[in-house]
Amino acid sequence: MSDASILIGARDIVAGILLGLGLLLTLIGALGVIRLPDFYTRLHAAGVTDTGGALLILFGLAVLSGWSFASLKLLLIAVFLLLTTPVITHLLAQSAHAGGREPLLGGARGKANSISDDAKGGGA
Amino acid sequence: MPLALSLGLIFSMALVFYRLARGPTIYDRALAATSLSTKTILLIAAVSYFQNRHQWLDIALVYALVGFAGVVALVKFLQYRALHTPLSRHPHDPAPVVDLGDG
Repeated sequence: MSDASILIGARDIVAGILLGLGLLLTLIGALGVIRLPDFYTRLHAAGVTDTGGALLILFGLAVLSGWSFASLKLLLIAVFLLLTTPVITHLLAQSAHAGGREPLLGGARGKANSISDDAKGGGA
Repeated sequence: MPLALSLGLIFSMALVFYRLARGPTIYDRALAATSLSTKTILLIAAVSYFQNRHQWLDIALVYALVGFAGVVALVKFLQYRALHTPLSRHPHDPAPVVDLGDG
C-alpha cells in the first residue's frame, strides 16, 4: 500500500468522524428545540448545537475536499457561522427578555409559574 | 455517507420546522427560522460537495450573509417596532413598550 492510499483512507476516517459527530449534534439540537419546555431552554439547545454541529460538518467536508478552493470557502462559511450564530442567540435572548418573557424557573419558585409556554399558548 | 448526511439534515430541518410552524411565541419562530437557515447552509454545502459542484458553495456563503442580516433586522423590529432605531440602547433609557400579544 502506497503512502497516498493510506492518507486517503485516513482522510475518509477523519471526515467520517467529524461528519457523524456534527450530524449527531444537529439532530440532538433539533430534538431539544422540539422537546424543551420554554423559549430560553430551546434557545440554549439550538444556539449551542447549531454552532458546534455546523462547525463539525463544515470541517468534515473541508477535510474531504483536501487542499482546494472548495475547502477555503467551507472554512470561510465556518468562520462566518462561528461569528454570527452566538450573536443571533444573544440578540434573541435579549429581545425576548426586553419583551417581557420570563424564563421558566425550576425548584421552589418553579411551583408558582410551572405552566410552560406550550400549555399557555396552546394551538397558537 | 452522502445519503445519511443529507437525510439526517433534512430530518432535523423537519423537526425544527415543527417548532417554526407551531412555536407559541414569535421568538420561538425566529429561533426556528435561524436554526433552519443554518441547516440549509449545511445542506447546500453537503450537496455541493457530493455532487462535485463547488460553485454552489458561493450560494451557501451568500445564504449565511443574508440570513444573518435578516435575523438581525427581524429581532430589531420585534424589539422596537421600527427599523430606524439603534440596536443598542442606553441602560438608563426606559424600555420601549412592546405588546406582542401572545405570539
